[in-house]
Amino acid sequence: MATAEHPVDLAVIGAGPAGLAASITASEAGLSVLVLDMAERIGGQYWRHQQDETTERGDRSHRHGWSTFVGLRTSFDAHVRAGRIAHRASHTVWSVERAGALFRVHAIGGERDRLRYLAHARAVLVATGAHDRQLPFPGWTLPGVMAGGGAQSLLKGSGVAPGRRAVVAGTGPFLLPVADTLLMAGVNVVEVVEANAPLRMLGAPAAIPAGLVKLPEAAGYARRLREHRVRVSTAQAVVAASGQERLSAVTVARVDERWRVVAGTEREVRCDLLTVGFGFTPQVELALAAGCETGIGSDGSLVVSTDSAGRTSVPGVYAAGETTGVGGADLALLEGRLCGAAVIQDLRGGAATGRGGRAGVGERIERRARRRALEARRRSLLSFAAAVNGVFSIKPGWEEWLDPETLICRCEEVPYARIRTALDELGAGDARTVKLLARPGMGLCQGRICGAAVARLVASRRTAGEAGSGASVGFSLASGAAQEDLIALSRRPLGSPVPLSHLAAFDTRIPPAADPPGPGKAGDRPDPVKCGDPPDAGGAGDPPDPGEADAGPTLGECGV
Amino acid sequence: MAEPRARFAVTVDGDEVTVSAGQTIAAALIASGRAAWRTTRLDHRPRGVFCGIGVCFDCLVTLNGQRSVRACLVTARPGDEIRSEGGPGRTDGDG
Repeated sequence: MATAEHPVDLAVIGAGPAGLAASITASEAGLSVLVLDMAERIGGQYWRHQQDETTERGDRSHRHGWSTFVGLRTSFDAHVRAGRIAHRASHTVWSVERAGALFRVHAIGGERDRLRYLAHARAVLVATGAHDRQLPFPGWTLPGVMAGGGAQSLLKGSGVAPGRRAVVAGTGPFLLPVADTLLMAGVNVVEVVEANAPLRMLGAPAAIPAGLVKLPEAAGYARRLREHRVRVSTAQAVVAASGQERLSAVTVARVDERWRVVAGTEREVRCDLLTVGFGFTPQVELALAAGCETGIGSDGSLVVSTDSAGRTSVPGVYAAGETTGVGGADLALLEGRLCGAAVIQDLRGGAATGRGGRAGVGERIERRARRRALEARRRSLLSFAAAVNGVFSIKPGWEEWLDPETLICRCEEVPYARIRTALDELGAGDARTVKLLARPGMGLCQGRICGAAVARLVASRRTAGEAGSGASVGFSLASGAAQEDLIALSRRPLGSPVPLSHLAAFDTRIPPAADPPGPGKAGDRPDPVKCGDPPDAGGAGDPPDPGEADAGPTLGECGV
Repeated sequence: MAEPRARFAVTVDGDEVTVSAGQTIAAALIASGRAAWRTTRLDHRPRGVFCGIGVCFDCLVTLNGQRSVRACLVTARPGDEIRSEGGPGRTDGDG
């Protein structure tokens, strides 16, 4: 069944910290907001919670910032009840495209039901967050090996522990909350294995001021690890996982500063759960498809480029939170607020104000001061994030952990040897060609999991070639991936697998005549209730669309 | 703290499995002692949860006849018929 709603001022994709902050900010100013989110409950990965976890206000560290979330949720729910925010849970957006003065946002409603859903919006915020960044190693496809975020989602979302005896490995500050979540659930965490040597962070004094805020959180994790006598190993890595049909042990080895295994230091650790993660990969494909410019973030990931208020290079498309660079929930919240304010300003032509009248001079000055304070705090958090990302960066030696038969692409089951053949024998010089020749990133996940690794393998080969060594593995200083390679592995014409029936309907059921105001009227502020009404609007059983339930100035103000 | 959860039954490849209300299908499968419920197309290797958040498509199941459903994204409902996918001796994605 197709559903559609009247155009909204702002469609927010993602209900994590950035998306929530932006929607509330925009809604408070009277904009009509539609929030589309993959999950059944708001909060994103950071505040994932169980369905009856409604009132807890703990200081339990696996619920870090929980009181902040409870506050946000209270506001969000109030806006939803008042009809100012429409919340579409379990909706996966697969395309954002311009349609005259508006954007069309295509989504699939529910993994279970897969309803076709279409919305029109005057502005779109991509706040799709990030997922664990992975590097392959022998045995990483065994059941029992999972992303740190995966273990957290099972525990935080469903209260199920995915193992009894766990090793937490990879690199980055996120290893600590993962270990902590497992400990709180009664899992025996036998070891935390960090590939980098974070004490080098002491050499980054610029990061300290903003970092102080984060230290109590880290200190709490460290204390609990000590209480549970969890072994914490740095400059070591899980270089292999073993087991028959499921994980039974991992091989831990000491690694040098380039992550090359120090020979003779390998040891076996028995476990039935290994969580892995090497930082995060921002989910940028919707912004990429919308034509937004990208850059390389301080962690080496592909990120959406924005100004300090979340404006991308495409007018009307905004990005905030991890999509613009991995920096944590506090930064994402702040960027969401700044971005919400920017949307208000852009849609209102600078007359951003609370619901009802225009801002007075005093109010404007106050607002500017608030924004400058937020921007200063953002810069400070960004520099802290950059310092952290520098300490926990990926080093090139991981390639030495691979066997020829180690799968790089889990979906298409592409082994390392086939990628090497493409690079070394078939002369592939970029990720796009490697994809065509060896097919990594061509499966259902569309390169989300293997993209970071494939782009690095290409970069490593390219550097080796440039150095004239011609060696099969090039350990150069350039461990980072090139932007064009990351783009090749992040471009996804459809942001998610889409049932063919949806595409068929897409072609035939929305004639161009249904487009909102055509060319030449782009500057107009159409009456949002009428302009984009698609022919199949008004699916039965839809919640009231934003504005209808509120006789107030919500939608009427959009034309101001 | 939360009230004790309602529990109900679903079937996994015909076997009855008890689920706590609110659990995703992936969580319910893990809670039942399963680590894997899909075999890959080429190498016929077992897979279960990897990313856990709807990104990797490793945890696919056939749910009430609907193929290729990400088990980590869907909350189980009473009576759900869950079938594992793929594997040697079956057609690809056989429900």
